Amino acid sequence: MNVEFKNVNKHFGNVHANKNINLTIPSGSIQGILGENGAGKSTLMKVLSGFIHADSGSEILLDGKSVIMNSPADAIKHGIGMLHQDPLDFPPMKILDNFLLGMPSSFFPNRKEATQDFNLLATEYGFSLDPENYVDSLTVGERQQLEIMRLLFLGVRLFILDEPTTGISTAQKEKLFATLRKFPEQAMTVIFVSHKLEDVESLCDRVAVLRAGELVGELTPPYQTKKFVEMMFGKEVTLGERQSAPVGETVLSLNDVSLEDARLKIKNINVEIREGEVIGLAGMEGSGQNLFMRACAGLVRPVGGKIQLKGQDLSGKSYHVFKKNGVSFLPAARLEEALVPGLTLTDHFVLAEEPRGIFIDRVAGQTLAEERIKSFNIRGAPLSPVESLSGGNQQRAELALLQNPLSLILLEHPTRGLDIESVIYIWGKLKERCKQNASIIFMSSDLEEILQYSDRVLVFFSGKISQPMNANKTSVEELGELIGGKGWAEIGGEHA
Amino acid sequence: MLKSRFSGLLFQIIALALSFGVVSLILISIDASPTEAFRNMFKGSFGEMRKFAEVLVAFVPLLLVTAGLLVTFSAGLWNIGVEGQVVLGAIATTWVYRYFLESDLPPALIITLAIFGGMIGGAIWAAFTGILKVFGGVNEIFGGLGLNFVATALTIYLIFGPWKRPGVASMSGTVPFPDEFSLPLLANLRISPWALGIALIAIIIVFFLLQGTYFGLKLKAVGKNFRAAYLLGIPTWQYAMYSFLICGALAGLAGAMQVAAVYHRLIPSISSGYGYLGLMVAMLINYQAIWAIPVALFFAALNIGSIQLPIVMKLDSSLSGVLQGVLVLFALLVEGARQKFIKKGQNT
Repeated sequence: MNVEFKNVNKHFGNVHANKNINLTIPSGSIQGILGENGAGKSTLMKVLSGFIHADSGSEILLDGKSVIMNSPADAIKHGIGMLHQDPLDFPPMKILDNFLLGMPSSFFPNRKEATQDFNLLATEYGFSLDPENYVDSLTVGERQQLEIMRLLFLGVRLFILDEPTTGISTAQKEKLFATLRKFPEQAMTVIFVSHKLEDVESLCDRVAVLRAGELVGELTPPYQTKKFVEMMFGKEVTLGERQSAPVGETVLSLNDVSLEDARLKIKNINVEIREGEVIGLAGMEGSGQNLFMRACAGLVRPVGGKIQLKGQDLSGKSYHVFKKNGVSFLPAARLEEALVPGLTLTDHFVLAEEPRGIFIDRVAGQTLAEERIKSFNIRGAPLSPVESLSGGNQQRAELALLQNPLSLILLEHPTRGLDIESVIYIWGKLKERCKQNASIIFMSSDLEEILQYSDRVLVFFSGKISQPMNANKTSVEELGELIGGKGWAEIGGEHA
Repeated sequence: MLKSRFSGLLFQIIALALSFGVVSLILISIDASPTEAFRNMFKGSFGEMRKFAEVLVAFVPLLLVTAGLLVTFSAGLWNIGVEGQVVLGAIATTWVYRYFLESDLPPALIITLAIFGGMIGGAIWAAFTGILKVFGGVNEIFGGLGLNFVATALTIYLIFGPWKRPGVASMSGTVPFPDEFSLPLLANLRISPWALGIALIAIIIVFFLLQGTYFGLKLKAVGKNFRAAYLLGIPTWQYAMYSFLICGALAGLAGAMQVAAVYHRLIPSISSGYGYLGLMVAMLINYQAIWAIPVALFFAALNIGSIQLPIVMKLDSSLSGVLQGVLVLFALLVEGARQKFIKKGQNT
């Protein structure tokens, strides 16, 4: 199936997520879509698979015919199916029942016939799945296989895969790639969305690179990694005046710390973070930075090793113990994790302070709120509910909630989605904290921000962590390659 | 304008009018006169002092239960188990009375002990729901509902088993306690000014607890965003437990009042459904303590007023329940509509 995007635009409020995309994907090809987080890859794919509507004037042509898709079901009717990063299946159900879902069959499905179809298809693609087994017994890779089979059976001719190699084993990845390579023989088209350079290079016939919503270019083999990185992250690096606070004693130290969640395992982390230091965590979403940061906050219990704060062993202690010892964690999901919708700014400031007595002094609370609102330049009134504030002002409110003094501040995407004025303001406030001897660990998908504000950088890739790298001695290019999983041998990431 | 407090009140009045309208339609459909029915209900509740005293008798447990529920609702918890907590309060009060039946202690002390016993009984029962929720991952609605049935069964068992009347056990309950075990009543009326005072003090305490204290603010933070509350340093599950304990104690207090001031014994339906009715009141007042008194009084009046209906008009007294239910539904519906209007107003 031949796909053509013509002048595709998509706005979310003020954000221009897709800017005038023109792209033709020939029938029977494996097309890679590459870009960093927020580059507009997912938006474009959601438009193609009927999840969201593009702005008016945008056009999608399938085999030369303009189509309008109002829902994913519509897209499937047109032969377009999407494999999501998290498989959209029903774990408590049997594999066969899952397979039958979404099938335009009669009220009583013919299970015998379906079993035959299922086994036939499984043999053709070399999958070994027992239709009577339950979905929750499958690995992520096997669930992908099930989803591919379901889509094939529904007559899908164009497969969209969103970061399919996250969380599956190398063997399963090889199997997935082998399957995908068979598709073009039958004139089926594959769109492979990823940020992993290696995967894209080994699989795709052609690659389109997106940056900040724009299609920056297309590449065909032989690929040059350097070229990819340049296109993904942009050439010009505008490093402003870097200010480093004098670095003092060790605040946080991790000795042989191992972390685990459902997807990732990180082994033997050894890092020391000193007073007044800023550590930037680089890496694609879900490469292990969240796990690392939450472990430093006491929200994730390490499976091994020792976490010490100013010489005190805090391993296995709860977040509240960390907090009492001067650790503060500012999550990225502001209204989900950081602030309480329905409560006012004043309420928040009162909650963050140590209680004095039983009754709240409303007048003092009001004064405190006015003071903080002024000094943190928050556009809002003491009695504004937090959910009524804009993102930037919510972020400032989060910062205004930080206690004094603090030893360690952990920030997830402190400036994501903020205008430049807010970004500068927030970093100004954070650097003040560093001068007061607090250390900062922050994660960001903006490499320039990382280079600009960090003293040292840790790069994450699929659960691997680099040695702390001096921010003055590295570059956007080097970080970009490491994030994409390249060049790890050169830097000798010993935690691999 | 729509955003103001005034519009909220206006919409609630519309809800009230709509519910009376629906109930009128029901009455017309069975050839009964709505005005006649409403007039009889009014007469039956506010018509004479004796009847108004009955309204207050119903008002006391209802207000206590509502006060308790405001605390659990603030913590974002649906304490359906409040009904069982009332029952356990009554059982515990009865147990204390029975324990001191032969003692020489002054009755006032025994009454006080019995009332505290009731509060502890209710709180323990609520703690079960809380423990199931916090440590067992059982939703408080399911846990509470289950415990309600256990509480009812326990009452029946006690009345027909260990605590049965000498001779034959009967649905009319245990043997009534001596007069000196009763909270003092007003002359010739069934209402105890003590009970009324305790209920009013309880709602005032809850009002200030939720409005003006760190405890109340933390409770609200836990209720509105459990995760953020935890990150702000609030011990979240402990606060959930506290709210269960407070609500249970207040529900238990309601049960204690039923024994100490109204029935003077344990009867099978000692809670009289005030737990569930309290849930409706709490929802209707949108969890704001300040409205608890008038609305609880209104609901109590509907309950008592409807007793007139079968006598005078041959209508079933459950009509009050229909009116209460419809009223809550309309109040929620109308509030939803108001929010929609507000949103529309903001968009244009």
